[in-house]
Amino acid sequence: MRSFTYERARTPADAARIVASHPGARFLAGGTNLLDLMKLEIETPTHLVDVQDLKLDRIEPTDAGGLRIGAFVSNTALASDERVRRDYGVLSRAIVAGASGQLRNKATTAGNLLQRTRCPYFYDTNQPCNKRKPGSGCAAIGGYSRQLAVIGSSDACIATYPGDMAVAMRVLDATVETVRADGKTRSIPIGSFHTLPGTTPERDNVLDHGELITAVTLPALVGGTQVYRKVRDRASYAFALVSVAAIVQRDGSGRAAFGGVAHRPWRVEAAEAAMPRGAVEMAKAVFADARPTDDNAFKIPLATRTLAAVIAEVKP
Amino acid sequence: MASESFQFSRREMLMSGATTAAVSTIAIETADAAPPAQALPTYQVALTVNGKPHALTLDPRTTLLDALREHLHLTGTKKGCDHGQCGACTVIVNDERINACLSLAVQHDGDAVITIEGLGTPEHLHPMQAAFVKRDGYQCGYCTPGQICSAVSVLQEIRRGVPSHAQVDLVAAPQPTGAEMRERMSGNICRCGAYSNIVEAMADVAGASA
Repeated sequence: MRSFTYERARTPADAARIVASHPGARFLAGGTNLLDLMKLEIETPTHLVDVQDLKLDRIEPTDAGGLRIGAFVSNTALASDERVRRDYGVLSRAIVAGASGQLRNKATTAGNLLQRTRCPYFYDTNQPCNKRKPGSGCAAIGGYSRQLAVIGSSDACIATYPGDMAVAMRVLDATVETVRADGKTRSIPIGSFHTLPGTTPERDNVLDHGELITAVTLPALVGGTQVYRKVRDRASYAFALVSVAAIVQRDGSGRAAFGGVAHRPWRVEAAEAAMPRGAVEMAKAVFADARPTDDNAFKIPLATRTLAAVIAEVKP
Repeated sequence: MASESFQFSRREMLMSGATTAAVSTIAIETADAAPPAQALPTYQVALTVNGKPHALTLDPRTTLLDALREHLHLTGTKKGCDHGQCGACTVIVNDERINACLSLAVQHDGDAVITIEGLGTPEHLHPMQAAFVKRDGYQCGYCTPGQICSAVSVLQEIRRGVPSHAQVDLVAAPQPTGAEMRERMSGNICRCGAYSNIVEAMADVAGASA
């Protein structure tokens, strides 16, 4: 691990200001992903700004009838919250489908959103990777790509966003709240928070350097049955090959977001009108622009069948 | 130079190889006498470990795991993968189990840590330790301290109503069933494959059947 300096910020704006003024600085929340990457020298921050004292660890109701989840709320605390388990079950389900109990105790809401891809070529510093070292090439294209993206990828990068929580937030239409160094705040719809790789795969999301996530807000209830279904190589403690977060209404209409298939949680709102006609019709629209590799083409029928299983599970 | 100078104990050899273990108190005193070209930053960290307060001066790169093992010499907590994949380093911090390898010691200033050494003693085993012995919940034993810290926390998490992937009804209180315990222990890997005996030990303590 490279040497760095450390400090604890006192307020969110303070944290944003400190990171914005150090090019090599990073926010430190739970650290479960960042430290792993620092040990491998994939991340080499020169200064860490710990955000644990910012009082961003609460879950509060919003005036709009939803919930405001502080950025520092742990994954365990969020999944355990009585209101979340009762009203936003897909979020609780998605969180407990990911990582391990130990990691969920430490990992935070904002950190989960910001976790980096688990593409094996991103992790192997002996390999070219445009995300880790822009311009170096992509060893995953033509390499071992079974886990990687089937849609929304580019000639520069086929990495996937690895998380589960954000897939549920995508189907719930959550909003990411941030503060910048000048104290200005902004609200980013989760659908435009994570970016596609395009020609700048080194970017995972739209945040500026020094812009701090302060909360994620959930809108008021939408009714329906909420399901999170994850398919992986082992029954627990593994990243998704494919996952589906869905909210299905009694009349068969609904919405669904897919994990494990793209550089961000994948949701095609225009395809959702096809949900009452079944999973095959809807998935055809969702994956119309898919560009899978030979190794991961199986993800498209797998996603279709997973969606079919979700719809079947909800049917009365 | 006398040949004795080159005789190190196994532990000293291991310590000298632990590059991330960073600067011990003694090393800092030496550094004061002859400062290196660019002094490494150090930070004061107060930890309460197994009920005892400790004040440490640490390089910020020091993980909680290395602080426990290399600085406080509590070597019961094991380093397995050092990347949060195996669970051998599981300790209980402020009543919650975490991977000590994926946490910096400086993040824990003021925190209360319980390691395997704080759960029980050879004379007075923690009920979970006794159950592991009775049920043969290990073979080589390397993952065992992490397994036991995790197992103790799992039963507390079930009592606190923390949900799991194995739960059918998300709103209902979770129960210490075999399926629940297997799911909740998935962050602790055992290469010897003692899993079924570990679940039996946990069931004994929970007063349930595996």
